[in-house]
Amino acid sequence: MNIIVLGVNHKTADVELRERIAFPGEKLTHALKAMTAIDGIKEGIILSTCNRVEIYGNISDIDTGPGKIKDFVSSYHSIPIETIDNALYVKQGPEAVRHVFRVASSLDSMVLGEPQILGQLKDAFEKAIEMKTTGILLNRLMKKAISVAKRIRTETRIAENAVSISYAAVELAKKIFEDLTTRVVMLLGAGDMAELAARHLVNNGVRTVLVANRTYERACELARDFQGRPVKFDSFLQEMIHTDIIICSTGALNYVLSKDQVNWVMKGRKNKPMFIIDISVPRNIDPEINKLDNVYLYDIDDLNSIVDANLSERRREAEKAEAIIAEEVDVFLKWQASLDAVPTIVDLRQKAEDIRKEELKKALNKLGSLDDNEIKVIEALTNSIVNKLLHPPMVALKGDSDDKDILAATIRKLYGINGKTE
Amino acid sequence: MSLAAFRILYPLFGVKVDILFFEGSMSLYFVASLIAVVYAFKGEKLLSRTFLILVVLAFILHTLSIVTRLSAASHLPVTNLYEATSFFAWCIVLLFLFIEYRYRIGILGSFILPLVFMLMLSSSALPKEIKPLSPLLQSSWLGVHTLLAFLGDAAFAMAFGIGIMYLIQEHYLKTKRLSGLFERLPSLQILDEINYRLITLGFPLLTLAIITGAIWAQSAWGSYWRWDPKEVWSLITWFIYAIVLHVRIAAGWRGKKAAILSIIGFVSVLFTFFGVNLLIKGSHTFL
Repeated sequence: MNIIVLGVNHKTADVELRERIAFPGEKLTHALKAMTAIDGIKEGIILSTCNRVEIYGNISDIDTGPGKIKDFVSSYHSIPIETIDNALYVKQGPEAVRHVFRVASSLDSMVLGEPQILGQLKDAFEKAIEMKTTGILLNRLMKKAISVAKRIRTETRIAENAVSISYAAVELAKKIFEDLTTRVVMLLGAGDMAELAARHLVNNGVRTVLVANRTYERACELARDFQGRPVKFDSFLQEMIHTDIIICSTGALNYVLSKDQVNWVMKGRKNKPMFIIDISVPRNIDPEINKLDNVYLYDIDDLNSIVDANLSERRREAEKAEAIIAEEVDVFLKWQASLDAVPTIVDLRQKAEDIRKEELKKALNKLGSLDDNEIKVIEALTNSIVNKLLHPPMVALKGDSDDKDILAATIRKLYGINGKTE
Repeated sequence: MSLAAFRILYPLFGVKVDILFFEGSMSLYFVASLIAVVYAFKGEKLLSRTFLILVVLAFILHTLSIVTRLSAASHLPVTNLYEATSFFAWCIVLLFLFIEYRYRIGILGSFILPLVFMLMLSSSALPKEIKPLSPLLQSSWLGVHTLLAFLGDAAFAMAFGIGIMYLIQEHYLKTKRLSGLFERLPSLQILDEINYRLITLGFPLLTLAIITGAIWAQSAWGSYWRWDPKEVWSLITWFIYAIVLHVRIAAGWRGKKAAILSIIGFVSVLFTFFGVNLLIKGSHTFL
């Protein structure tokens, strides 16, 4: 009845090693079965993503258990233990619970607060349920981890605000324009980042994409990708009159857009707001343009500093999240402690004794005046009924069977005993 | 029928119920404003829901206050500064609730409700007794003229609040420091659009108010226009908003410039409303 976490992540292992010990979909089901077939590994879940490979287990013995899982990983992937040992972390008890909660809440992720990890964790859990490799302990741990992650998502702002340049551009666009579906975007030049930003804008509703490029063929090609329209480079200024968002990323070494030109465009479009994103280095658009009314110019540094600010906001929120996790780890450990046989025996006895005393009192009140001897007989009767009824469960709990934790949990459930005893 | 019922209720237990309702609504507006301002900084949804519920309750009490007074005085209660200010605040809340229902901009309350509360507070400090209506004012034009004027002014007040929100949001976007209010303020486009719509609503109302006022003046005093300070300032206000609309349509003055103009326009509205009454003597001084 011991929780163990064993794994590697983006901080401890490079991508090559992570790839070598990953458990891709088709291998996963087999690996789960093989691992939990090992004596002493009672439950197991395998989480395998591109940034981490982790095994969550319930082991019988805290001294030999970790070695068994390590051996399993090493032999399953035919990698010598020495190769992975440095990258591998092993956590047990409270540390293991805390680690799982942090992973689920995306506090341990490469991009703090990114939402995918929770889904991946749920998938790993479902797979394990499907293969019947989880039991009372890991089930509870996973359910708790998922609810903790949700709690953190709603109580802190860890997942809010863009932490990539292209998302930051989308968020800004939404603060300038109410409805992106009727907006026109123009890609000026082409670069991966510009394309990505345009892609995000399209995903957020933009329907019309224009592409201007010094090489017209390249413009046509990109326009096809976006189901947009290519524009001849020397006529882009004319087209700007009907464009709301411009993403500029040309390889030019000087400004391709001057203040006077934009002034002219703004007159043409009757001062309707325009959002210009200049992600080229060196900058392609005269920064003075931001001073024009209704024009909002953001260059790569501006977007980077928004992303940085949002990231440090997330780090601040992560501190709140850590406090929530500390609290939830305590709750979980209390529950786990209650699964031990000894407190369950004590609680069960107490419960039976309470009932016996109460019922005895009622009966004696109803019977009225009895002499001491009669009272003693009735008391002995109640005692022996309770003891006889409790005897078999007590023996089971005190025995040394391997599934005592399940028995304890079942008894608690059946008798409605809450895990309050520590 | 209900008016008669209210007339019986009016001196209920020796307390003037309209004042009671007024004070109840003012207290609720106060609490709602406080919560709305806290919401602007904290951004918790529960806060915005709370202050909206409070505003609805306050508005119901406010309406009851006006209806009970209407029944007691037998004319629209807009004939002294207390009544007029309270009615002005009522019109603003009416528009606020409509815009909130239509556009759901939670943070709008943070800008409008303090203004409403300030109006109620200044109203509460003014004499409240119902005086017999001067024969000059006893006309059906009273209701029409004042209702048009107040609804128009309320639209301008909303445009003012929206204009301030626009300037703040535009400042954030230009200086690229995106924190605090930035997240809760809506997009520039929607603020500009609502601002424009409010002015296109307020302007014809003001125009009609001036026309009905002139017709009324003709029947009451025998001349359409007497260059009374209130008339002069109404005309100045009218010109300001005419310019706002003209430059917007003709020269494309939208966004920041439109927001600034709508703020200047409202200053003129406020002066027409309070300044003229308090500082300058004229034939509107009965109001």
